Amino acid sequence: MNFLVGLIFSAIVAIVVLLVPWIGVGVLHLYTIFGIVVPYLAILIFLIGMILRVIDWGRSPVPFRIPTTAGQQWSFPWIKHSWIENPKDSKGVIVRMALEVLCFRSLFRNVRLEYRRIENLPKVAFEWEKWLWMAAIAFHYSFLVIFLRHFRFFTNPIPSFVKIIEKLDGFFQAGVLPIPGLTIPEVYITDLLLLAAVTYLLLRRLYIPQVRYVSLPSDYFPLFLILGIGTTGVLMRYFLRVDVTKVKELAFGLFKFHPHVPDGIGTIFFIHLFFVCTLIAYIPFSKICHMAGIFLSPTRNLSNNSRFKRHINPWDNKPAWEYPGMVHTYEEYEEEFRDVMIEAGIPVEKMPEKKEEEKPEQEQ
Amino acid sequence: MRPKNVPEPEELSKIDHKPPLFESWMDKKPEFKPGFYCYGAKAKNIAAVGMPNPRDWSPTDEDWKLPENWKEIFLNGMKERLEKYRSFKLFMDICVRCGACADKCHYFIGSGDPKNMPVLRAELLRSVYRKYFTTGGKLFGKLAGARELTFDVLKEIWYYLYQCSECRRCSLFCPYGIDTAEITILGRELTNLLGLNTDWIQASVANCYRTGNHIGLQPHAYKDMIEFLCDECEEVTGIRPQPQFNKKGAEILFVTPSGDVFADPGTYTCMGYLLLFHYLQEEYGFDITWSTYASEGGNFGYFTSHEMAKRLHAKIYMEAKRLGVKWILGGECGHMWRLLNQYIDTFNGPPDYLEEPVSPITGTKFEHAKGHKIVHIVEFTADLIRHNKLKLDPSRNDHLVLTFHDSCNPARGMGFFEEPRYVIKSVCRNFYEMPSNTIREQTFCCGSGAGLNAGENMELRMRGGLPRANAVKYVHEKYGVNMMACICAIDRAALPVLMQYWVPEVDITGVHELVGNALVFKNEKKRTTDLRGNPFVGAEEEQGDAV
Repeated sequence: MNFLVGLIFSAIVAIVVLLVPWIGVGVLHLYTIFGIVVPYLAILIFLIGMILRVIDWGRSPVPFRIPTTAGQQWSFPWIKHSWIENPKDSKGVIVRMALEVLCFRSLFRNVRLEYRRIENLPKVAFEWEKWLWMAAIAFHYSFLVIFLRHFRFFTNPIPSFVKIIEKLDGFFQAGVLPIPGLTIPEVYITDLLLLAAVTYLLLRRLYIPQVRYVSLPSDYFPLFLILGIGTTGVLMRYFLRVDVTKVKELAFGLFKFHPHVPDGIGTIFFIHLFFVCTLIAYIPFSKICHMAGIFLSPTRNLSNNSRFKRHINPWDNKPAWEYPGMVHTYEEYEEEFRDVMIEAGIPVEKMPEKKEEEKPEQEQ
Repeated sequence: MRPKNVPEPEELSKIDHKPPLFESWMDKKPEFKPGFYCYGAKAKNIAAVGMPNPRDWSPTDEDWKLPENWKEIFLNGMKERLEKYRSFKLFMDICVRCGACADKCHYFIGSGDPKNMPVLRAELLRSVYRKYFTTGGKLFGKLAGARELTFDVLKEIWYYLYQCSECRRCSLFCPYGIDTAEITILGRELTNLLGLNTDWIQASVANCYRTGNHIGLQPHAYKDMIEFLCDECEEVTGIRPQPQFNKKGAEILFVTPSGDVFADPGTYTCMGYLLLFHYLQEEYGFDITWSTYASEGGNFGYFTSHEMAKRLHAKIYMEAKRLGVKWILGGECGHMWRLLNQYIDTFNGPPDYLEEPVSPITGTKFEHAKGHKIVHIVEFTADLIRHNKLKLDPSRNDHLVLTFHDSCNPARGMGFFEEPRYVIKSVCRNFYEMPSNTIREQTFCCGSGAGLNAGENMELRMRGGLPRANAVKYVHEKYGVNMMACICAIDRAALPVLMQYWVPEVDITGVHELVGNALVFKNEKKRTTDLRGNPFVGAEEEQGDAV
C-alpha cells in the first residue's frame, strides 16, 4: 500500500462522510437522525471511548521511572540544576508538562537534517525548522478558539469570555477589505489560520519524502475531516448563511435534553455537524487520542528522583536474590573459583580444610 | 587500525535519505545486509542463564529453529508487556507520525534506510499490535496500518531492533515523549522469548552471570589485570597503587565496567582510578575495595530484557551487603549509569543495609544519591576538586586539545552534564565544545551502544557513528582538537575505531585518565609522559637541556 492508495482511500471515506448528510438531509430529509441521533451518538461514543481508553492505559502500571532527562540533574548546590528539563519533584514536572502541553516544548526543538557531500566527504548539518511547530501551534490554538467561540450557540446569555475571544479573534477585520457586492461579516483570524495550518500539515505529509513514506490512511483521514469542518464552517459563516437563531434553538434543545429540529436550517449545517460528529466519535479509536495520552507519557510526567526516592514496581517488588535461581550467588561463585582465589591472595569466605572430599553444598 | 570490510568513507557517505516515492514499507521484505547485523546467540550461552530456545542459529539461515508455536509466544509476550508497561501501550497508540524523530536518529542519518527512522522502527511492532490488539486493525488490516505476524515480519522486526542503540535521542524531540529505547527494549524481550539474541550480547550475559564480568575474567585473572595496570602506573609515575580486592569491612565498594580493566584506552582510565584511590589512601586514609564477584558495572542484561538486567545488576548490591561497605562508588560507564539512576533501586532495592553516601574526605553528603547509595566517580572527584583536596597540574594535559562527548545514557537517562565538564576543565587547559545540537541532551550516539559493539556489524557502526564523528571533525578542523573525552566504556571501545575511520587525528580518553595525568603525588618521580607514555609539552626540551 503506497501513499497514493492511503491518500485515495481516506479521501473516499471523507467524501462518504460528506455525502451521507447531504443525501440524508438534502434528499431524504432525515432531520431527526442527523440533527439529534447522530450528535448524541457521537458524544456518547466519544465519552465512553475516551474513558475506556484512559482506563485501559491507566490499568497498565509504570514499573520504572524513565523520564527523558533534557537538562542537568540535581546534584551539588554549586551546580545549576535544570529544574524544568530534568525535574526532581512534582513542581518541576508540572511546569515541564505545562510547557509540553501548552507550548509543545519538545517539538520546538525540531531541526532539519541537511546532509551534503563536499569533496566526497559527508557533512551533517542541522537547519532551522520551526514550521511544523508553528503549524501545530496555529492549528491547535485556532481549533481551541473556534471551539470556545461556538459556546455562543449553547449559552444564553453568551458568557463574556466568548465575547472577548470573538472580539480579539475579529481584531484584524479592519485590515480585510470586503469583497465588493458581498456583505462579509467580520473575518475571524482563527478560521483562516486553521485552514492554512491544516492545509500545510496535509501538504507536508505529501511533500516531505520521509513523512510521506510513513503516513497511513489514518493520518490523512483526520486532516480531511478537519478540512471538511473548517470549509463548511467558513461557507456557512461567510457565504451560504444559515439561520443562526434556529441553529441555536437546535443546540439548546440538545443540551437541555429536549431536542427538536426547527425547520429551515440549511443542509450545509448538517454537513458541518456530521463532520464534527464523525471527528468526535473517531477520536478514541485514532491517533487523535494523543490529546489524552500526552498526560500519561512516562518520559515526560515523571520526575528524575530515583536516586533519592525509591520507585516501586507494582508487579515486581523483591530483589532478584529473593527469587529462586535468578542470581549466581557469591557462594556459588566462590565454590567454583575458591582455589584460584586463594592462590591469587583474594580473601574467601570458606577456607578448604586440607584435601577432604567435597561435601555437598549446604549453604542456602 | 582502520576497520576492515567497510567501504571507504567516500563510498559509504553516498547516502540517500529519500525513500522511494511509490514503495510501500509494509510490503517490502527485509534484506539482511552483511555488516548490519550480528551473529545469532549460541546455544550454550542461551542455556547458561536458562533462557528459552537454546540452539545454534544464524540470522541468514532459512530456518531460525523457532518453536512450533512461536507466533503464540510472541503475541502472548506482547500482551503481557502491554499489561505491564504503560509506556509500551501508550507508545503503541499515540504516535501521530509527524516525522519529527525521523532525521534525529544516527542510524537513519548514516544509512538512509527508512526503517531506521524511529517512527518506522516502532511502526514495525505497531503494525503487529494493531492487527492483534485493536479493533480497527482486525477489521481493516493494512488500511488501518495493521500487519499479520509472519516469519518475514518477525525477521524484519529482529533486524531493525538490533539496529537501535537505545540512545533516546528521538524521545527528546517527540512531542509525546515516545521513547524508541523503550520500544526496542521490550521488542528485544519478545525476540528473546524465542531465543533470538545476538551472540555478542548473549555471550556477555553468560559471562557476567558466571564470572561477574562480560569477558569472563576469572577472579585471579581480574586481579592480575589490575596488578598489571599498577605496574604501568609505577612505570610512569614511580607510584605503585595498592588496590584491595573483596575486602570485608572496607568503607566503599568500587564497581566499574570491566572494559576499563582490559581494553585500551579504557585501561588508562582505570590507571586514573587506581592513582586517584592511591592518592586518597596516602593523603586521607581512603578505604575502597574492588570486587572480583561484582566486577562488571555494565549490564548486558539490559540489552536482553528487564529481567536479565535485574538479575545481573543484583550482584552489585549483594556484594556490597556481603562485604559490609557503607556505600558504592560507580565508574565511568554509560548505560550502567542509566540503570543505576533509573532502575537499580526499583529492581533490587531498597539497599537499607548501606548508609547514605558521604565523602570521607570532604564530608559532602551526596543527598541526591541517598536512595540507591551509589555515587558516580566523576561526582566524587568533582567534589574533591571543588574542596581543593587534590593537587593538580593541568599543564600536564597541555599536549591535548579536548572536547567532550556526552554519552547517551548519562545524558538523556540521568542529566549528567556539568560534573564531567567541571572535572575536565580543572585538569585540562584546552577544551572546546562540539556544536550545540550534538552535545548534552542532544548528543549523538557513538553508533555502537546497546550491544551493537561487535565486529561483524562494523558498517552499521561506522554509519551510525557518522553524526558524532562529523561533529568531532568540525572541532578538530576549527580548534585542533586531538582528543575526545567520554564517560562510557562502550564509547572508549567504539569511538577509537570510529575516529580511525572518520577522523583519524583524534583519539579517545576517559575523564579519569586526564585526572591521573594531572594528579601530583608528593613522592612521585619526575614525570615526563602521560599515562600512555606520550611526552608532556616541554618535557622533551627539558630532557634535551639536561643532556
